[in-house]
Amino acid sequence: MLRHSHTRLATTLLSSLSLASLALATPAQADTLNIGVMGELASFDTSQVSGGVWESQILMDVYEGLLKENPEGEVMPGMATDWDISEDGRTYTFHLREGAKWSDGAPVTAEDFVFGWQHLLDPASASKYAYLLYPIKNAEAVNTGDRPLDALGVESLDDGKTLKVTLDAPTPYFLQLLTHYTAYPVPKHAVEKYGKQWVKMDNIVTNGAFTPVEWVSQSRISVEKNPDYYEADEVELDGVNYFNTEDRNAAISRFRAGELDIVRDYPSSRYQWLEDNLPEATHLSPMLGSYYYVLNTREGRPTADKRVREALNLVARRKVLSEQIMAGSFKDAYSLVPPGTSHYDVQRMDGVDGDYQERLARAKQLIEEAGYGPDNPLHLQLRYNTSDEHKKIAIALAAMWKPLGVDVEMTNAEATVHYQTIQQGDFDIARAGWIADYNDAENFLTLLRSGVGNNYGGYANPEYDALLAQAATVRDLDEREALLEKAENVALDDYALVPLLYYVTRNLVNPDISGWQDNAEDDHPSRWVTFTE
Amino acid sequence: MTTDTLPDNRLSLSEATAGESLGRDAWRRLKQNKAAMVSLVLLVVIAVTCLIGPYLLPWGLAEVDWNAFSVAPGLDSGHFLGTDANGRDLLTRTLYGGRVSLSVALVATLVSLVIGVLYGAISGYVGGRLDNLMMRFVDIMYSLPFMFLVILLMVVFGRNIFLIYAAIGAVEWLDMARIVRGQTLALKQREFIEAAHALGVRDRKIVTRHLIPNAIGPVIVYVTLTVPKVILLESFLSFLGLGVQEPLTSWGVLISEGTDMMQSAPWLLLVPSLFLATTLFCLNFLGDGLRDALDPKTR
Amino acid sequence: MLTYTLKRLLMAVPTLLIVITISFFLMRIAPGGPFDGERQLPPEIEANLKAAYHLDEPLPQQYLRYMGNLLQGDFGPSFKYKDFSVTELIAQGFPVSLEIGGLAILLALLVGLPLGVVAALRRNSGLDYAVMGVALAGIAVPNFVIAPILALVFGVLLAWLPAGGWNGGALPNLILPVIALSIQQIAYIARMMRASMIEVLGSHYIRTARAKGLSERQVIWRHAIRPALLPVTSYLGPAIAGIITGSVVIEQIFGIPGIGRYFVQAALNRDYTLVMGTVVFYGALIVLMNLLVDLFYSALDPQIRYDD
Repeated sequence: MLRHSHTRLATTLLSSLSLASLALATPAQADTLNIGVMGELASFDTSQVSGGVWESQILMDVYEGLLKENPEGEVMPGMATDWDISEDGRTYTFHLREGAKWSDGAPVTAEDFVFGWQHLLDPASASKYAYLLYPIKNAEAVNTGDRPLDALGVESLDDGKTLKVTLDAPTPYFLQLLTHYTAYPVPKHAVEKYGKQWVKMDNIVTNGAFTPVEWVSQSRISVEKNPDYYEADEVELDGVNYFNTEDRNAAISRFRAGELDIVRDYPSSRYQWLEDNLPEATHLSPMLGSYYYVLNTREGRPTADKRVREALNLVARRKVLSEQIMAGSFKDAYSLVPPGTSHYDVQRMDGVDGDYQERLARAKQLIEEAGYGPDNPLHLQLRYNTSDEHKKIAIALAAMWKPLGVDVEMTNAEATVHYQTIQQGDFDIARAGWIADYNDAENFLTLLRSGVGNNYGGYANPEYDALLAQAATVRDLDEREALLEKAENVALDDYALVPLLYYVTRNLVNPDISGWQDNAEDDHPSRWVTFTE
Repeated sequence: MTTDTLPDNRLSLSEATAGESLGRDAWRRLKQNKAAMVSLVLLVVIAVTCLIGPYLLPWGLAEVDWNAFSVAPGLDSGHFLGTDANGRDLLTRTLYGGRVSLSVALVATLVSLVIGVLYGAISGYVGGRLDNLMMRFVDIMYSLPFMFLVILLMVVFGRNIFLIYAAIGAVEWLDMARIVRGQTLALKQREFIEAAHALGVRDRKIVTRHLIPNAIGPVIVYVTLTVPKVILLESFLSFLGLGVQEPLTSWGVLISEGTDMMQSAPWLLLVPSLFLATTLFCLNFLGDGLRDALDPKTR
Repeated sequence: MLTYTLKRLLMAVPTLLIVITISFFLMRIAPGGPFDGERQLPPEIEANLKAAYHLDEPLPQQYLRYMGNLLQGDFGPSFKYKDFSVTELIAQGFPVSLEIGGLAILLALLVGLPLGVVAALRRNSGLDYAVMGVALAGIAVPNFVIAPILALVFGVLLAWLPAGGWNGGALPNLILPVIALSIQQIAYIARMMRASMIEVLGSHYIRTARAKGLSERQVIWRHAIRPALLPVTSYLGPAIAGIITGSVVIEQIFGIPGIGRYFVQAALNRDYTLVMGTVVFYGALIVLMNLLVDLFYSALDPQIRYDD
């Protein structure tokens, strides 16, 4: 039996030998872009996607929403050439592009959007990100099954040339939201023909600049230029390969070996080395994301005491964290909403950036006032999910809090267990992070609204909730901004959390590429990319 | 197969003195093996250093030197073997890590040795239905998803370092049992076992006095192979949050952390690797020496 | 022998049933679920998800449903990789793992066995120490260290071979992962072979064979190697099952589309159907490999018999 399998293996070996010589004979294709992405796409059905950055990269290359993004991450017309917004900001009328086609030549119609959005919100689809479309009228009721699918506030008019969308409330970020994959159209004719099998490589049709041709699970997805794309003439690349490179250090090796043109992330611990050795290829830029520690404000926790929360914030030395421990690969943070958020000014927590000795003295005093001391030391449980970065940050903070007489017990767990535990409230301090779904402050501030699932620490302040509720009804952007900023200050004055770092985008990009730019969304459509040589 | 009619010389020893003289005799033979004795001394030195070394060093396990992040080995900084990215002394951490790794290795290997050898010997010796049942149990244990087994153990018993040992021991004995059973199946057909049977020696004695000692060679080698396996498995569990928790560490954890930094801070990989490699080399030579010393055939 | 084999194959059914049952409940009792993640889902969406996967039913009912589907050969859809069924994922990945793992085992046997034999024959010589020293280094350095070093040296610095990627199984892409995977196995096999050769060479029947005046070559080839292979064979059964089902470390570092990563990732993602799929597949392989090992024993030592 053993011998038998050896013979078969030998045959395989021989056949791969001949394959190899064939592969060597064909010239390298310079116009194929090779991107290393940090995970596996969950599905080409946008309602089934799990939310990884790598998934948006692939999906935005093969699909296109009503609006699309330019290399700077700014929105511009996509499937819709122009649109009208009603006076009350609740009705959007999109005029679809003439000649927009799916990759099988069929026209893209408003029907495809209606169908796609209904599919996303269909309870049977069980889509994780369906809530992103909740600003649309009746979306939530449709998603929970309380209303039928056709109750959704979208309509196809003029034979599918116009799409009318009705919202529940004016939503300033709505246009931006339309570039997200949840708002992409779904090819109704293909789904009707193939049913659930429409996503298989043989059946799939897409409306973006590229269309998928091969998927080797866990290794590579290949897409080719879509000849039916309305701007196909301007797309320079013949195709793109997305290699799943979960091991980020290995991705660096493959980039250096020239196998990858772009790597969509690298370990923060390698930043300095990359800066020194591959300065032209190493990219790092601000991102709309916050890395923070949740403080459990529920009754009975030491962190329910505002004095303890303030003390912990006072001696967290964020500059040391960003510059020494993370070696410059993060930005120090003093607020929840990161800089770069549209229509929003960065706020700042009080007292966290004065002279360290003074802060330390004040923090010690606060801890003492809260009733802790040598006889009654403050014991805190810090939970983080398994990762090299999270571990380093936790170790550093435990050391920073030590002078207060705080005894920190660190517990790490794999992500599923970590989030399940902190959702149950079983912690004092917990690591969390938030990357913006869309560029708006409300997306971050919701994290501290009482009763919201992602409000792990159970922070509840009626004033804060009232300000957010008020902001949701205001149309004037400046007025809304003032309300949201005021809300954040309420939370910062309460020391409701420990803001630590702002995320940054980290990419390795072949310097011979143009049409690729750093942006706060970290969205980089391959449609704009060209090789300069 | 050849047929040799010589009775095994183990049989000629009187039963009463066998155990005692086995130990003394083996020790005498071991002492003559230079490589084994050097290894033994080195192992003791490593173990003792890990035990008392941390008390002699100026840095604590979790102590951060705010002026020395990722410092290379040297005398100027006061960190002889450098520091990690968090500014903690690597030598101190390696010694603490040695305590965890060595004790995991010791306990888990012993557990796997005792269970595996007994289980395998009984299964192979008795044979038939019992063998079949016992080996199907082994198949089942091999097939269960190890991660969930550990997660559940932790849920039931809480986070506990002895649990790690137990969990690791609980999977590592399987290979040992299979190997010993294989040896037993072959040995029990040999003349000296049949002779013992004929002489009326009880089954229990045959297993412990004749079968196991004659299978000792592969067993000892496999033990020395189990040690590195166990040490690295521990680091995988720690990665999942099921092993040791910061600030405590282990060699396996230090090595896997160091791998990511091998280009920018190679000492983080080299220092714990050297400790681990030295330990394994010593164990290996000691194992070979022990095998020779315990071999009933060459006595 | 045939009766014995048939009996063992029959016994595989209850064995696997027990494995499946224990694993199913083990997995479901463990904390964390497929929908726990960084972003907590609104309750209604979580309810939709649970209903879609029948996770809202009582556990015993889910178990029966799973077993029912399994009997029809349906392993279900993956929770995480939605465009593939569990069967498709394993069918696509296993040939890759088999190829890499099979080549690694082959290489390990071709190198490890002779090394072990030679070291045993030249016991305590310089050659012996050199061989065992190299073998030990192979054991002391874990594959998560060896693999990135190989990729760095041969892929980046020397640029002789690809640093990663599968490329449909082209030979240059195979070399580094196969070497990385086999180094440890070579070391294991060489160490074990050396030990059991020494054992066998010291036994009575080898002395008898020598006394009969057989040439050294005949003694070694006819009488020593076969019995000495016994412990290596015992080890190889489960080891082969493990190696041909892939290695998460090697697959991630070299970007290989095998099934090794499913064993870890499916568990981390709580991808219940995929976890069960890998358990069933691996369990069947273990049962099969251990049966083959037991049959192979009789070939190595004709005196080994099993009562039918």
